[in-house]
Amino acid sequence: MADEALLSAKNLVKRFGGLAAVNDVSVDLWRGRIHAVIGPNGAGKSTLTNLLSGDLPPTTGSIRLGDQDITGRSPERISRAGLGRSYQKTNIFLPFTVWENVRLASQSRAQHAASWLRRATGHAGTNERAEKAIVLAGLERRRDAVAGTISHGEQRQLEIAMTLATEPQVLLLDEPLAGMGTAEAERMVALLKRLKEAHAIMLVEHDMDAVFALADRLTVMVNGQVIASGTPEQIRHDAGVQAAYLGEEEH
Amino acid sequence: MSAAKSHLEVLPRSLQLLLVLGVIALAAFPFVGTEFYASMMARMMILAIFAMSLDLLQGVTGLVSLGHAAFFGIGGYFLSLVSSDSGTVSLWWTLPGAVLASAFFAAVIGFFVVRTHGIYFIMVTMAFAQMLFYLVFDNKEIGLLGLSLRLGGSDGVYINLKPDAALFDLENKKVFYFFTLGCLLAVYLFLRRVLWSPFGRVLAGIRVNEHRMRALGYGTFGYKLAAFTLGGGIAGLAGYLWGAQTGFINPELMGFHMSAHAIMMVILGGMGNFAGAIVGAFAFEYLLHLFKDLPDIGGFRAGKHWQLWMGLFIVLVVAFAPRGLLGLAERVLRGKEKHHG
Amino acid sequence: MDFSNFLLQLLNSVQYGLLLFMLAAGLTLIFGIMGVVNLAHGSFYMLGAYLAWSLSSMSGSLTVAILLGSVLAIAFGLLLERVLFRHFYHRDHLDQVLLTFGLIYVFEEMRSILWGDDVHGVNIPAALGASIPLTDHLSYPVYRLFMSGVCIALALALYFLISKTRLGMKIRAGAFNHDMTEALGINIKRIHAIVFAIGVGLATIAGMIAAPVSSVYPNMGSQVLIMCFVVVVIGGIGSVRGALISALLVGTVDTFGKVLLPQVAGMLVYMLMAAVLLWKPEGLFKQ
Repeated sequence: MADEALLSAKNLVKRFGGLAAVNDVSVDLWRGRIHAVIGPNGAGKSTLTNLLSGDLPPTTGSIRLGDQDITGRSPERISRAGLGRSYQKTNIFLPFTVWENVRLASQSRAQHAASWLRRATGHAGTNERAEKAIVLAGLERRRDAVAGTISHGEQRQLEIAMTLATEPQVLLLDEPLAGMGTAEAERMVALLKRLKEAHAIMLVEHDMDAVFALADRLTVMVNGQVIASGTPEQIRHDAGVQAAYLGEEEH
Repeated sequence: MSAAKSHLEVLPRSLQLLLVLGVIALAAFPFVGTEFYASMMARMMILAIFAMSLDLLQGVTGLVSLGHAAFFGIGGYFLSLVSSDSGTVSLWWTLPGAVLASAFFAAVIGFFVVRTHGIYFIMVTMAFAQMLFYLVFDNKEIGLLGLSLRLGGSDGVYINLKPDAALFDLENKKVFYFFTLGCLLAVYLFLRRVLWSPFGRVLAGIRVNEHRMRALGYGTFGYKLAAFTLGGGIAGLAGYLWGAQTGFINPELMGFHMSAHAIMMVILGGMGNFAGAIVGAFAFEYLLHLFKDLPDIGGFRAGKHWQLWMGLFIVLVVAFAPRGLLGLAERVLRGKEKHHG
Repeated sequence: MDFSNFLLQLLNSVQYGLLLFMLAAGLTLIFGIMGVVNLAHGSFYMLGAYLAWSLSSMSGSLTVAILLGSVLAIAFGLLLERVLFRHFYHRDHLDQVLLTFGLIYVFEEMRSILWGDDVHGVNIPAALGASIPLTDHLSYPVYRLFMSGVCIALALALYFLISKTRLGMKIRAGAFNHDMTEALGINIKRIHAIVFAIGVGLATIAGMIAAPVSSVYPNMGSQVLIMCFVVVVIGGIGSVRGALISALLVGTVDTFGKVLLPQVAGMLVYMLMAAVLLWKPEGLFKQ
């Protein structure tokens, strides 16, 4: 597809005091493609995700979402512009039911989100969006369970469902497979494959099987910098990457 | 679709029944009790409205304000400023006026304090409320926009004529009692409606996980400010009623002790469902009177030192019963329901 | 405003600011290291004042009163920390606010039972009773200079303790990473007790040295508490340096405000706080 990248981040730098956690990183995300970002712990992947989602402002660099410049914007404005993000550390509403978690996420896109007097659960548009997201994430049978009581894998699914309920164009997924067993991980990989078509996805992951099964492009970060970027095949055979990261993984 | 079940938002049937019985008892009271006690009950109902307004902030949204009494006081002072000894003022513009005045102050103060979080929020709400407290405490009157406003200073102000309702006579104690009860029910039903509205769900979400709410696209600052303003307005309604009922407004009504008492009422009853605030207000006030009326024990004036008992009580409740009376009741009743299954 | 008057107000500003610092430093340290907010902090100030009065009445000497009172207050603080506050550290802020609010009531009543409800004065020791001439028209009370001196000495001691000693290093480590410090074998419980004792000690000594100037009366704790909160909010919670700068700022604004703009004097400090909050919602020197 020769169309414009949905998300385009150029020369992002994030400094904390003297330390550059992210140092001159650029990333482009296209609809229909999964772009995986990998690297050892401390490589700056989480910081990069935070820069893109607005949780942290970049020291220098720019981020464009569609035709809007979103550099330095607040997380809520970036979300409304069409970017959805899931978290490495499960960031859901534990005391609410699965359904309410997703419904609340979906409500953010409704015109009446601030209405004081109607009943929240009755709005058709919000409910439809939430229903779609729950089905896509495979949680229909768990909708009435309290989020704090479901399994870890189901909570990770809920993470994704909530992100999907805001109908974003771009998805930033931060270690969606973290802590999952084999069966759960397979389900999640299948889900991500289904999502690819309609979204531009950036995937931060440590699970190399999943990464090579899913990624159309890979970026490898070490110590805040990009040391290689390309197709999975190219990365697999890149000597620098093998030395810095994959080589250690294979032991 | 099941409703969100958290923080005791949904009351079990048996508890709901108890509360309905409570309302019936309240309605019957003026006919069976003395005028003195009916007045006391009216004041407790007014404090219950005040407590509910704080529950919206604290129980629902998670904003712990140590300065909420400021808005209660503003409602009362508004009434004192528009009243005069020469003639009555109409309820129908002064009551909305008090609500709007308190809401206005809440919006302005909220604009500064809602941007803070956690312990900062607690401290700055206390600080701004103290600022208003000192404003009225230190000034017998102040000039504003060419007008001279009589604030009364530390002595307070008297309100000698109740507002004129035209359709009914508020000087009649029974009528005033039922008007207060009507306000209590109206505020309760309104707030329950808000709780289950889209707006209310956002506030609950902010309490549970504000960070995620922002990531989902909600402008949480605006929602919190709206809640703070609404809570302030309702507190102003309570303050207005207090001024009308007692005929006397003084700076202590805006002070930090009053704010802390309100927090205690909400905690004591059980947060987040408004019924708890009502129960807590009644329970707290009842306890206060109990402690103040304690007899002298062997030369030790237990009643004079009521603050000691109240302080110990507060420490014990917070240490051992954080979900308050309704939380305890819910546990007991749920236990019973299980057995009768 | 002529120079003498300006100098007078400046000296008063510094003296008031330093006193506020003593209180704010304790509050901010206790919050920064143990994460607990203590509404009853003002009660220690009151305790100090009442101790100064009763011990100096009994012994005839303010100096003895201050020395003995400090020891008693620190012992009391250590007891409180061990028996009560230690259990609050993990509770959320709402609970801490209420628990310590309940304590305010308890402390007020204990004060009422032990010492009664009357207002008392404390005499300035003869040695410090003079005034030194600063300009042709202005003499400044030696006692107020003494107060500032004590505050500065304690501030320096605190600075030395925190930055230059091993204990200070452990304290800073405890604030930075609680669990790690514990894992390294440092007795975090003892650190907490010491920090709490320092906080209590500073507040109590402030009350003791202020007693001759401000008198000793019920509820004096609540009044000073609110100023203390304003100082901590402006300075930034957890920052002792912030507390110092903020306290001096607040002292100056309040003192000069009362002289230059008496109508709005009471509100000026809060307007300052509002302005700071707009610019930096977490204080000037947030950690």
